[in-house]
Amino acid sequence: MNMKRRTFLRSSAAASAVGVAVGAGLLSPQAVLAAWPKKAFEAESLDGAMEALTGKTKTSEGDIQIKAPDIAENGAVVPVTVSAEMDGAESIAIFAAKNANPLTSDWKLGPGAKPFVSTRIKMGETSDVVAVVNAGGKLYSARKEVKVTIGGCGG
Amino acid sequence: MPSNTIKIRARKQGEVTTVKALISHPMETGLRKDSKTGEKIPAHFIQEVVAELNGEQVMKGLWGIGISKNPYLSFKFTGASSGDTLKLSWSDNKGQSDSTTTKIR
Repeated sequence: MNMKRRTFLRSSAAASAVGVAVGAGLLSPQAVLAAWPKKAFEAESLDGAMEALTGKTKTSEGDIQIKAPDIAENGAVVPVTVSAEMDGAESIAIFAAKNANPLTSDWKLGPGAKPFVSTRIKMGETSDVVAVVNAGGKLYSARKEVKVTIGGCGG
Repeated sequence: MPSNTIKIRARKQGEVTTVKALISHPMETGLRKDSKTGEKIPAHFIQEVVAELNGEQVMKGLWGIGISKNPYLSFKFTGASSGDTLKLSWSDNKGQSDSTTTKIR
């Protein structure tokens, strides 16, 4: 594992903070759902989140369209639509590259589901929206920059 | 338990059924502070959204704090007939949940 000391310190501090929160009853045990990829959602970098979610950070270019505004006046509500033209797509993950926790959502496509998903995400600052489609164990990605004039991640 | 938090529409055109849904939920990140007390507002967000067609899962969304307040979602699938039942349910990090069903038009 190639973890820089500072990153390690930060992540261990964050982990213990979560532990304290659980102990204090702030987080219910329900927060620890087996199917919910906690590590991926709590990762603080795009690569970290991608690796925690899929086990990889390498992606190929794919036929993926991201529909999102060029400029978002309100980072709290950024409409994003991802659609792909490929067979065998199993899931679509949507990241906001520079958010404190870049992974916003991961969509598992059931039988019959089209590789299409539309939602609204929060963006803390101007960055790329990254869509990663998992098809047959291979990752395909696309990105689009969204300029944010007012951040939407609290503070 | 919250109720009536989901507004949903499922419409079939040709082979493809398009689902659009709106959920009422605060989606608190846990990073915001109360402007008066300066204390952090605890995280409260939906973690899982599941759509089932006649009892079979067609879509599962795993969400983090990066989904906007009062979330909107839309997705498409094939294989449904008009009149089929679509169920949408969500559950959040506080163990709350809600679900609703709609007929595909």
